[in-house]
Amino acid sequence: MKLVKTIIRPNKLDDVRDALESMGIPGMTVTEVRGHGRQKGHTAIYRGKEYNVSLLPKVELEVVVADGVVDDVIRTIVTAARTGEIGDGRVFVQSVEQSYNIRTGEREG
Amino acid sequence: MGMDSSVAFAQDAAPAPSINAGDTAWMLVSTALVLLMTPALAFFYGGLVRSKNALNTMMMSFISLGFVGVLWACVGYSLAFGAGNDYVGDLSKLFLNGVGTDLPTGVSTALIPHVLFMAFQGTFAIITAALISGAIVERMRFSAYVTFISLWMILVYAPLAHMVWGGGWLFKMGALDFAGGTVVHINAAIAAVVAVICVGKRSDYKQAALVPHNVPFVLLGAGLLWFGWFGFNAGSAVAANGIGGLAFATTMLAPAATLVVWTLLDAVRLQKATAVGAATAIVVGLVAVTPAAGLISPMNAILLGGIAAVPSYFMLLVRAKSGFDDSLDVLAAHGVGGTVGALLTGVFAQKSLNGVADGLLYGNPGQLGIQATAVVFAIAFSAIGSFILLKLVGLVFPLRADAESEMEGLDTTQHGEEAYIHATGN
Repeated sequence: MKLVKTIIRPNKLDDVRDALESMGIPGMTVTEVRGHGRQKGHTAIYRGKEYNVSLLPKVELEVVVADGVVDDVIRTIVTAARTGEIGDGRVFVQSVEQSYNIRTGEREG
Repeated sequence: MGMDSSVAFAQDAAPAPSINAGDTAWMLVSTALVLLMTPALAFFYGGLVRSKNALNTMMMSFISLGFVGVLWACVGYSLAFGAGNDYVGDLSKLFLNGVGTDLPTGVSTALIPHVLFMAFQGTFAIITAALISGAIVERMRFSAYVTFISLWMILVYAPLAHMVWGGGWLFKMGALDFAGGTVVHINAAIAAVVAVICVGKRSDYKQAALVPHNVPFVLLGAGLLWFGWFGFNAGSAVAANGIGGLAFATTMLAPAATLVVWTLLDAVRLQKATAVGAATAIVVGLVAVTPAAGLISPMNAILLGGIAAVPSYFMLLVRAKSGFDDSLDVLAAHGVGGTVGALLTGVFAQKSLNGVADGLLYGNPGQLGIQATAVVFAIAFSAIGSFILLKLVGLVFPLRADAESEMEGLDTTQHGEEAYIHATGN
């Protein structure tokens, strides 16, 4: 099992969700986050003083998938989330040792 | 003892009209109430957009207080209320020439200072221009928008106000528009529709969740709009009298009925009463009663408000499924609501109450035809004028923000500020 952790633009969330659902990935965890990579932010001006707005709003999306479909999942996410501009985001993949369903107590995967 | 003949005549004649303190007091309050409607609209619209566009959306209303307010005094008032001809006023009152603290003789029979009459009418121009913004939020460039509403007030709003209220041809024809069904709501809604056509839809329309970011703001805005609308409608009596009282009561009751019917429609369709729906219903009811406010009975206002809920409710549903990105449903609320209200004014008007005219229900079916003529003309006039202006403004300024700005949000890109601050530095 792998944890695929993706940082994307907020307005790309629906596209990525739809693409993953059409692949049969049933569940995901979504968190609103802020951050930046190479994308430079904006300058904000309040009462004559300039401030940086470098931590831009992003969405973090986590899915746990079987090893066999990881590559397909990554390809799907990258295709759905890409605009071609700086700031499209990142995909990270981590190994998951164990996973349990809380309701049933069953170990999965 | 000899008597000066002129004194004898003066005693025989009716006393010359003079400023009435009660009327003036009410109109001072009304003008402030209507001015508050524009910030209220900012909250109503601002809550309905995404957080990255909240400031830009609210600024689109607030900026009208500045540009339209100044231009009204300089140019707009004269074009709307100068004697002029059947279609437009004149330049006699440019820069408030002759608009002082005496009566507005030749403009209105109101017993209030002329300068106050001008200010009251100015608050209407300000909110009408701001209403348009609801259709093109989240993608229009601010500079293009400000230029457009400034020109629109002078070249579209002021002439139509003259035709309906300033002694123009619709006024002479007997069209009833107590507080602005045609001049304000239909006019702004049609300009909004044209703006959607010229500016285009949001690039992520129907692709992303374009949901309200703050529903309590929407309710706050609707509540303040209702409060301000008592000045809008009851102030349109331009006196502290029975007609003002009537308009106040109808302004209380019509939106109440719209709210009830809207909630029932929601309950049948969704098994839930929605808050955004309630806020929208209040606005629709207020819009619908605007042309009728001082002309119909309070019980008929309940009927009018209840009836008005239905077409706007379904127009909203149809629009949401369409490709037409009138983002905050200016057409469904103000266009449809204003049209229904203007037509129903021709049904429910009661001369025994208003002293002006009867409608269809009270034996004057011709009034409905007059109302329909005014509605059709307002739609055509606003459509043509707004289209020409937007095309002209588009030659000088791009109407749309660039794709990157639209994606990032218009708060930082158009104003250099955020509604909800994440800035760092010192």
